Amino acid sequence: MATAFSAPKFAAQPFTTISPTSQHKPLKIPTAASPFLGSTRKLLRLSSSSQLNLRRRSSGSVFAVSDVVKEKKPTPIPSLLITKEEGLELYEDMVLGRSFEDMCAQMYYRGKMFGFVHLYNGQEAVSTGFIKLLKQQDSVVSTYRDHVHALSKGVPARAVMSELFGKTTGCCRGQGGSMHMFSSEHNLIGGFAFIGEGIPVATGAAFTSKYKREVLKEADCDHVTLAFFGDGTCNNGQFFECLNMAALWKLPIVFVVENNLWAIGMSHLRATSDPQIYKKGPAFGMPGVHVDGMDVLKVREVAKEAIARARRGEGPTLVECETYRFRGHSLADPDELRDPTEKAHYAARDPITALKKYLIENNLSGEAELKAIDKKIDELLEDAVEFADESPLPPRSQLLENVFADPKGFGIGPDGRYRCEDPKFTQGTAHV
Amino acid sequence: MLAIARQRILGQSFQKIRPAVSVLRSYSSAAKQITVREALNSALDEEMSADPKVFLMGEEVGEYQGAYKITKGLLEKYGPERVLDTPITEAGFTGIGVGAAYYGLKPVVEFMTFNFSMQAIDHIINSAAKSNYMSAGQISVPIVFRGPNGAAAGVGAQHSQCYASWYASCPGLKVLSPYNSEDARGLLKAAIRDPDPVVFLENELLYGESFPVSDEVLDSSFCIPIGKAKIEREGKDVTITAFSKMVGYALKAAEILEKDGIHAEVINLRSIRPLDRSTINASVRKTNRLVTVEEGFPQHGVGAEICASVVEESFAYLDAPVERIAGADVPMPYAANLERMAVPQIEDIVRAARRACYRSVPLAAAA
Repeated sequence: MATAFSAPKFAAQPFTTISPTSQHKPLKIPTAASPFLGSTRKLLRLSSSSQLNLRRRSSGSVFAVSDVVKEKKPTPIPSLLITKEEGLELYEDMVLGRSFEDMCAQMYYRGKMFGFVHLYNGQEAVSTGFIKLLKQQDSVVSTYRDHVHALSKGVPARAVMSELFGKTTGCCRGQGGSMHMFSSEHNLIGGFAFIGEGIPVATGAAFTSKYKREVLKEADCDHVTLAFFGDGTCNNGQFFECLNMAALWKLPIVFVVENNLWAIGMSHLRATSDPQIYKKGPAFGMPGVHVDGMDVLKVREVAKEAIARARRGEGPTLVECETYRFRGHSLADPDELRDPTEKAHYAARDPITALKKYLIENNLSGEAELKAIDKKIDELLEDAVEFADESPLPPRSQLLENVFADPKGFGIGPDGRYRCEDPKFTQGTAHV
Repeated sequence: MLAIARQRILGQSFQKIRPAVSVLRSYSSAAKQITVREALNSALDEEMSADPKVFLMGEEVGEYQGAYKITKGLLEKYGPERVLDTPITEAGFTGIGVGAAYYGLKPVVEFMTFNFSMQAIDHIINSAAKSNYMSAGQISVPIVFRGPNGAAAGVGAQHSQCYASWYASCPGLKVLSPYNSEDARGLLKAAIRDPDPVVFLENELLYGESFPVSDEVLDSSFCIPIGKAKIEREGKDVTITAFSKMVGYALKAAEILEKDGIHAEVINLRSIRPLDRSTINASVRKTNRLVTVEEGFPQHGVGAEICASVVEESFAYLDAPVERIAGADVPMPYAANLERMAVPQIEDIVRAARRACYRSVPLAAAA
């Protein structure tokens, strides 16, 4: 059954210190050397037969990024990509994401959290790598696997935890839930359960940024939007529709594919005719970049370029991050179809361990300091859980609130007046 | 004729009878006549000039001047940044409109017909209607989805469905359906100004029809409140509710019934969601009989909801079973005679009203 990913015959490069080009050829085509596990057989066939084609097609597209990377050829002493402060910020954000998700699993099995919960363990490098480069006014649109995107964007852990517990102090007052995180303050606009649904909405947010600058004449409006979605979404019609329109209208958006190779139990290779997603960008007139999504520094480099491109008004970019989720699709997923060797392979490339190693080896930080950060995060989460536990459930009256911005939308009641004017309406005792 | 004159003088501007156009034209030279198309176009024009955040998007709205010429002249006036010709990507561009609305712009998304909205229905329901709720009020979606709805003439099954009941069952949406030019202008303006997602169901066959409008209607601040139905014709024997094109049919049916001595009260719903149950029930309590008319499929239709509402709230006042007139329970056929049979006609409404008034043989088989 598991023909696509049995006995992987890849030349796995040992996981060395992270330097920009150690894992990638300049043109960023995943070749046999790239540990794109599960796909290597097919890729070997692909790359050998159409090596020329691939190069020709992608050379124009990744030109912009490959130049940046080319300048950073491996030297005996690799130039540092981050400062100490940045390194610690990245570390803290990733540890927050990981610990938060682990806490979610705990709480779920204790019955405090319910419904659908999709955890992000293993993919933290993508969220941290991208979102930490954004300004407050930039927008992020995500899918149902959105807890860590919310945390990276700045939504307090307390608010997210309460929302998951379904309490009224949550970021959406308990009305959204795990899959629908919204925060207008932090410009996190979802949280969508349907895959592909967030992509047009993100494109619309990018459209607004351009509209504000050009039509409403708010000259300094250069907000960028990031749309996060998975490999399964890249076969959905809405994805292609938005690639087209974003490139057509040169919208300031970055499409970030979190390719974790699995859509519930459907392997990316079984579902996709051409599994190299980044190639779909140039077909629509935008650069397509593939990056190792388990390496936060590499992701950050690519993100810098893509976000700067969008901010300059040069249009969208498609970034495919090869990553992996350590847990199942959701907490209800028994996760039986994935090969344990595959899981072990990616577990060895844990982004947090890798960053820790980088920081220590490059003398940017020490064991003790990093442990202190771990402890700080633990305490933060304890506090968040306690806060969520002690928060009240939403009151009855909240049921009818926020359906409309203009509650006259509930219409006119039998007494001839608007329903919302009835004082009992918001007390939850009016007849609905 | 004299009766009409008397009622006009009594002056309530809501008391508009809809006799044949020719009659009114000869009666009043002061009342201006505009087509529904002109009404919609002028409403869009005025709202766009009043608020720079309003923009249009849809297929053929720009250079083609609108598939049904509703957006004629707007591209020249406002430029391609505010009147966007989109590729044929309903799901994509509807989602883009929703995303823009999240950030405070006011898109008016046109569907060439509402049948095509099914490609985008995920965005209308899931990312527009439910967002204010899911975000607990942080993100409101001031978007309008408009386009022709329901049957046209000979366009076949995939272009003729009425979506009023589908959208009206969804909380978070407001669903409006104008009949005449006054409705078209007032409701579209109200919809664009509204902070919530509004589904605006027009009718292709009504676009070319002219109706008289008063100066008040032509004023640029004219708005009709959402959620209030209008009593187009007062009566005392039976209540007929209808929306969109069926209002015209109901009014004609009312005239025929008049000759039999049945005075029908015709209610133009205007707003399918929220439904003006108060007006409907008050009317039924007066007349004691109800006939609901709609073009869409009968099961779970608008009429079903109205009947349920009346049975729940005014049961004791009913003197006859409630009557529902709806389209036939079949996909719309193409042949002209079959199509005529699949959509309610004036005779059907008359027959139903007579049944409700026990003026005919009790119902044995459907129309």
